[in-house]
Amino acid sequence: MYAQLVKTDGHGVKSLDEMDPQERAFQERIDDNQKIEPKDWMPEGYRKTLIRQISQHAHSEIVGQLPEGNWITRAPTLERKAILLAKVQDEAGHGLYLYCAAETLGVSRDELLAQLHAGKAKYSSIFNYPTLTWADIGAIGWLVDGAAIMNQVPLQRCSFGPYSRAMIRICKEESFHQRQGYDIMMKLSAGTEAQKAMAQDALNRWWWPSLMMFGPSDADSVHSAQSMAWKIKQNTNDELRQKFVDQTVPQAEFIGLTVPDPDLMWNEEKGGHDFGEIDWAEFYEVLKGNGPCNAERMAARVKAWEDGAWVRDGLNAYAEKAAARKTVTQTAAE
Amino acid sequence: MTGALFEYALRMGDSCLILGHRVSEWCGHAPAIEEDIALANTALDLIGQTQMWLGLAGEIEGKGRTADNLAYLRDARDFRNLLLVERPNVDFAHTIVREVLFDLWHFHTLGALQASADARVAAIAEKALKEVSYHLQRSADLTIRLGDGTDESHSRMRAALDALWPYAGEMFLEDDIDVALAETGVGPALGTVKPLWEADMRRMLDQATLSWPKSSHVQKGGKTGVHTEALGYVLADMQFLQRAYPGATW
Repeated sequence: MYAQLVKTDGHGVKSLDEMDPQERAFQERIDDNQKIEPKDWMPEGYRKTLIRQISQHAHSEIVGQLPEGNWITRAPTLERKAILLAKVQDEAGHGLYLYCAAETLGVSRDELLAQLHAGKAKYSSIFNYPTLTWADIGAIGWLVDGAAIMNQVPLQRCSFGPYSRAMIRICKEESFHQRQGYDIMMKLSAGTEAQKAMAQDALNRWWWPSLMMFGPSDADSVHSAQSMAWKIKQNTNDELRQKFVDQTVPQAEFIGLTVPDPDLMWNEEKGGHDFGEIDWAEFYEVLKGNGPCNAERMAARVKAWEDGAWVRDGLNAYAEKAAARKTVTQTAAE
Repeated sequence: MTGALFEYALRMGDSCLILGHRVSEWCGHAPAIEEDIALANTALDLIGQTQMWLGLAGEIEGKGRTADNLAYLRDARDFRNLLLVERPNVDFAHTIVREVLFDLWHFHTLGALQASADARVAAIAEKALKEVSYHLQRSADLTIRLGDGTDESHSRMRAALDALWPYAGEMFLEDDIDVALAETGVGPALGTVKPLWEADMRRMLDQATLSWPKSSHVQKGGKTGVHTEALGYVLADMQFLQRAYPGATW
């Protein structure tokens, strides 16, 4: 999942007693782990929060094609090229069915894309970092997809049916993506000195931005409580981040790479790692649009959309002509 | 014969590789998400076919060169792809016209190669034809729709067809390699693919409201390694890591 800061439109979480009967019945269904389907009644805040979250996620998949697509033409072997193509194609597929899931909530894909292109919608800050070497493709698969899976696995149990079902499909593919990324890193770490250095450098640059993918720490996460009550979100940001660190550190050690955090240490008492403070100033700067690639990523997406306008118009015009021809033929036959 | 088949496998493999490269350049930049997916899928098929053809070339050559060695460690003069497939993407119209000109030739060529006297060639053709049938269905459909779409889509398709048409003729130029393979039943019989291609192309262009281009000039050279300037840049991009880190495995 790639939604880091989703507003919830709530004024604190209401208790069941404070809710009107309709809202209360809705919350009781959620508490009973029933799925909410598009035609069911839902509070406006629930609908809006989901639209924001699902569209942020969809936008992230689409923008996420760019940093990895950057290396398709330069992939070092035919097999790596084929795997990377398949992976990026999957990301576009994820974007497509996430937009479809959002459409069940009464918003069109074109509206959502217009928001993205106008700079009004967010996508994951991670895609505003550059892919400078081939090892970055390994690091993205291993760390970025690894962090995404951490978020997405619980989302398979999300209260909204279409989102939950989309997540089940997406998770299957993401675990393949993570494995291919780790496989690239493993190969580089077992390679020449230059390749090892390339792998370590990629880990150094992608580690902290990957931890930022889980969003602000719980203390600063103002929207979490309502999303959790609605079961749009199942775990807090810090819980998931901790899980990610605990899973990833041994993977780095296994291939002889060093996590770039001097404060990283196993804490026997809590049964997890302690780790250093994230540079939140950087996080908020990237979200504001000041990351290394924000401008390029948005420009590339806007250009693709604008350059493609004549294609979409042409296809629509043909469809209208074909429909008109069909009507004429039918009328003539009658 | 062996030398001819080696050359032929290079021609097929290199055309798949370079077209796959061009198509993959679209990744993340297509006019709609569905197109991003379809273009990536086409590129993926072509890279898979490259592995089969260049794998066969390496096997025939018998000097231990793998498909990767052939793809990443030859210079432009040793590439045998058609000039058509190295032409730049320019816009979506050029991309689709390049695709349909090639797909239609590819489709009929593979159809003939399914009956090849060489079992390895027949097996590759059979597998590739399934994928190429889909490529053709898609590129022909888009050609018809965009040709008969708006004034702008029509004029862009017209311009792309005129620009790329001179590069289509090379597909039908038969040289000693083609003759040798036709004689042994390994390659398509001489002169069989062109009339099939022309008949289908005529029908498709009619439906697309695009007239048959007037130029009959043929740009040639790819099959013997004399390319356009575009190929050098494709290879510089594609081969960068293998060249910058000689001997490394990835």
